[in-house]
Amino acid sequence: MSSLTLYASDVAALMRKDLRLELRARDTLPAMLLFVLSTLVVFHFALPTGTSDDAAYGLLWIAIVFTALLGLARAWAPEREGGALDGLVLAPCDRSAIWLGKTLAVFVFLTAAELVALPAFALFFAPVDLVAIAGVVLASVGICAVGSLLAAMAAASRGREVILPLLFLPLAIPLIVGGVGAGISPQGATYLSFLALYDLIFAILAWATFEYVITE
Amino acid sequence: MSSRNNLPVLAFATTALLGIAVVLALLVAPEDVDQGVSQRIFYFHVPIALTAYLCFGLGAWKALRLLSVGGERRDLESYTWIHQGTIFGALTLITGSIWAKASWGVWWSWGSNQLVLFLVLFLFYCAYFMLRFSVDEGARRERICAVYALFGVALIPVSFFAIRLASDFIHPTVFTREGPQMTGTMFGSFLVCWAGITLLAYVMYRIELVGKRTDANLRELREALS
Repeated sequence: MSSLTLYASDVAALMRKDLRLELRARDTLPAMLLFVLSTLVVFHFALPTGTSDDAAYGLLWIAIVFTALLGLARAWAPEREGGALDGLVLAPCDRSAIWLGKTLAVFVFLTAAELVALPAFALFFAPVDLVAIAGVVLASVGICAVGSLLAAMAAASRGREVILPLLFLPLAIPLIVGGVGAGISPQGATYLSFLALYDLIFAILAWATFEYVITE
Repeated sequence: MSSRNNLPVLAFATTALLGIAVVLALLVAPEDVDQGVSQRIFYFHVPIALTAYLCFGLGAWKALRLLSVGGERRDLESYTWIHQGTIFGALTLITGSIWAKASWGVWWSWGSNQLVLFLVLFLFYCAYFMLRFSVDEGARRERICAVYALFGVALIPVSFFAIRLASDFIHPTVFTREGPQMTGTMFGSFLVCWAGITLLAYVMYRIELVGKRTDANLRELREALS
């Protein structure tokens, strides 16, 4: 096997492990789905009557980011609780594959939550067009790429759940700008390309630096 | 250890330079036609902001060196630069806020992209300290902090661009500061202030570093004695 297919199969195996764990234990995804729905209902009561759709759209992004945070906070919990992190680090695979596998698994969870959130948002508040959906997808890539690395950092710290949002939110601001802009601005394409640029920069950075975060 | 000896000289030079800078900014530089006396804060606000960028950049540079070459001292140097950067970042927010009050009548304006950028960076680097102090000391903490510092310099241009984009849909009206061109005296005063503030950051960095190293040495000694 060439090194690239070997790498891909490592990543796929790591991702499958996370998905299978989730299928058996079901301790993250149902929480994310319920959380995103409850947030949207809360937003209905938080918004005064007659607020524009644009304001509601901004709140959708808050719901997405905090749902992602909920998933990310638990992203490394199975490894930590099972003491599996040392084993993963010692495994004969490139360490960045661990990051990529985790990122893809979190992306699957977040996509599932968004598959609930977007129709619910369209039903409760305002219609969502294709550009907005493209914005959600691109921003989710960035959220997962940066988030899974930061979650690994936070997992090494004492104040795990507390510290992750602090690390994550400043880095998520450009994503929110891109996502909200793609939804409400007439020049959606500009925002989409900005999101793609963000994804590219931070995915490369996270891919290259993950090894330093995970090794003792 | 010649580097330790020049610190008092440097500190004295900085004090002198800053004294000259204050005189130049407040008395020598001509008054701005549009904004009057409040424009004089420009001679401190902009150099402080530029110095904060410099500190963050140097912190990330040390972090990069730590990851590529290694060396425990680079962790402390990176941390100290970022600490100075955060101090100067907070000063940028304060001076910017005062300037906003004087020229626009409000303490805070989301229309000022530079200020918003500094707020984002300030939050980001405060989280750096939270992270640093909640991870146990050791090689892993050094690397985690270094990686986070590297994310910081990537975030600066990305956020800058994002905030520019956001002002399109949040604030249709954009403040422009393209007043009259700076005259020679104004530009000269600005350069002196800039040099003074940069030197101040460097001296503060050195003092903090010496303090931190003494602290670490003292702790080692105590552990060795006990």
